[in-house]
Amino acid sequence: MIGGWAGKILRINLGNKTHSVEDLDLEKAKQFIGGRGLAVKYFTDEVPADVDPYSEKNKIIFAVGPLTGTYGAANGRYMVVTKSPLSGTIASSNSGGYFPSEFKYAGYDMIILEGKSEKPVYITIYNDSVEIKSAEQLWGKTTHETEDIIHETFHQDAKIASIGPAGEKLVKFSCIMNDKHRAAGRSGVGAVMGSKNVKAIAVRGTGGVKISDKEAYRNAAFGAYKLLKESPVTSQGLPTYGTAVLVNVINETGLFPTNNFQRDTFAKAEDISGETMADTILKRNKACMGCIIGCGRVTAISDPRFSGEGEGPEYEPIWALGADCGISDLKAIAKANYICNEHGLDPITAGGTIACAMEMYEKGIITKDDIGRSLEFGDADGMVEMMEKIAKREGFGDKLAEGSYRLAEEYGNVDLSMSVKKLEFPAYDGRVAQGMAINYATSNRGACHVRGYMISPEILGVPEKLDPDSLEGKAEWTKTFQDVTALVDSSGVCLFTTFAITPEEIKNFFNAATGLNYSADDLVKAGERVWNLERLFNLEAGIDPSQDTLPKRILEEPVPDGPYKGSVARLSETLPKYYEARGWKDGIPTSEKLAELGLR
Amino acid sequence: MQKLIRVEPSKCIGCKSCELACSLKNFDEFAPSKSRIVNEVFLDEAAFVTVTCMQCDEPWCMKACPAGAISKNSDTGVVLVDENQCVGCRTCVSACPFGMIKYVESKMKADKCNLCGGDYPECVAFCPTGCLTFEEEDTPTRSKVKRFATSVKEGHMEV
Repeated sequence: MIGGWAGKILRINLGNKTHSVEDLDLEKAKQFIGGRGLAVKYFTDEVPADVDPYSEKNKIIFAVGPLTGTYGAANGRYMVVTKSPLSGTIASSNSGGYFPSEFKYAGYDMIILEGKSEKPVYITIYNDSVEIKSAEQLWGKTTHETEDIIHETFHQDAKIASIGPAGEKLVKFSCIMNDKHRAAGRSGVGAVMGSKNVKAIAVRGTGGVKISDKEAYRNAAFGAYKLLKESPVTSQGLPTYGTAVLVNVINETGLFPTNNFQRDTFAKAEDISGETMADTILKRNKACMGCIIGCGRVTAISDPRFSGEGEGPEYEPIWALGADCGISDLKAIAKANYICNEHGLDPITAGGTIACAMEMYEKGIITKDDIGRSLEFGDADGMVEMMEKIAKREGFGDKLAEGSYRLAEEYGNVDLSMSVKKLEFPAYDGRVAQGMAINYATSNRGACHVRGYMISPEILGVPEKLDPDSLEGKAEWTKTFQDVTALVDSSGVCLFTTFAITPEEIKNFFNAATGLNYSADDLVKAGERVWNLERLFNLEAGIDPSQDTLPKRILEEPVPDGPYKGSVARLSETLPKYYEARGWKDGIPTSEKLAELGLR
Repeated sequence: MQKLIRVEPSKCIGCKSCELACSLKNFDEFAPSKSRIVNEVFLDEAAFVTVTCMQCDEPWCMKACPAGAISKNSDTGVVLVDENQCVGCRTCVSACPFGMIKYVESKMKADKCNLCGGDYPECVAFCPTGCLTFEEEDTPTRSKVKRFATSVKEGHMEV
């Protein structure tokens, strides 16, 4: 018996409101595993790379992995794959919660949305019963309101993924929210859903995930439990303080970008740290389906200025809406983060874009007349107000809604956009961590921390400590991290588990679930296959190797403060080595490499 | 002493590992909808409550069963469905006020928690936070009492 995979794909045609169910192509699944990898394979087979992201020819694929919906580590993830309206690259955005497992239990490995609906619709799935319904009454509602209404009208146990007003208005960095607080956050996947006039997908699944060798799976889970309980990151850091445990660590190390990367330490970091959060706004901790780490933070604020409740902020939003904007008011940050969750916005790009606007305001490039108010670094009220305006594309918010690159470009100062391939940086300065800089420059979706988290070895010392400033071996390390991440994203397991578990444990799960006999190397090779396929798509989409670069500030302006004062990203030295490690010539996969990976 | 599955809701993080473990052990697949133990997640209130059969002293299901298929073991305390005698009439499902016994289509029988029939309960084995424990009757109660008493003691010492 082949287990793990559900074995079916649900294809929904939004144009003529029909759907069909087909068998999963098992040969593709064996090569590309599931989740990110399998969705990228189907997507690139079916969608031309030059497609306009908002055209009816673009598709959105929701994909779970063979391990999604099981226990053992944190096995409840899914991936949204489409072409990004923000970066023009392949987009793959990951989320947890309960929705991914539920759609696996409904019997599907992937849900593929094709075409475009003329009017707003939402989709309900109850195992094999699929309906496309009018969403006129849901359009304009927040993600939370949308879920509440669908729970009343469809099924109380349904798990729901939806877009908020931001996705409807095609904000280029709108996300897809599920289970109210979890986000497929980056690359503007919510805008693609909005362009198709799809408000939500609601699923109730009462089936199960079959497992080929139950006893072996159980043992694999106990093995992973042990490692996760032994790792200080997954057994103490993340459960105790959530991802925000990083605020003090990264700030003290001196790569916590402040005021749009003008500095690398934030004097008031303590005020926005995980420790402070635990003492102030934290209500309780929360996990996703099948997760034993539980990094989610449920918070509430009663202060009338910024009142609200929900999940987060996580480390990234704390930084983007906090230090990057020079803001140290944790309540304002949490409030802006609630707005992001309810309106469906990526807080990293939102924060990065507001920070870019703040620097342009500081430099006099934009004025009160442009913005409709002052917007200095540290202005918490201004930041929260801009967030609301972005979500509705009101006033200056309409310009911010295009992301920092297009905003800075419009005002003739593109160097002030802290982005790669038009996707804004996350919360670590590549000038300090040279491996991270390589990853930023080469990640297939732009400046992203969850495509090759070199911070792990360079700063946190996992699996071993590397000198962040050294270039030695960094190209090879980055390649390995990127390939392993592609595998993890394809398996359905949460990336955070990899502070403790390795491809060896994923292999144990994978073989026990599917009944196949892969080695850990076979699986990492599948990750490399995924990486190269994404690269090929981007090249065909016109993202040439000259875009494997970093903003001028990161390459040329030395870090002005902190332990790594004077550093810049030495990409010109590392990039050729990275291409060599990848087996690419001038940034293009060679025919030998493609043959080795079975891609040509 | 008889042991029972104890639930300490403050420790629950809503991961549903208990449901996953139960369904794999008893139904050979990861299928929370079939789990005998239920981890209810209240998203708005951020409350997580786990409920399971408490093996009643006077089980409603047992009293209601017209086929005499349900019995309570006097040694272990487990309330058990004898699948040879169960006729699938679902009377027990109606009778249980907690919804902790259900009809399972695949075997056409009533189904409930049997504390894993002598094995260590799988849900407890896979609970990552210690929210679930397999304990003798009043152990968790005792620890709560002790916590309460300690806080009173500390209050006294401050006065």
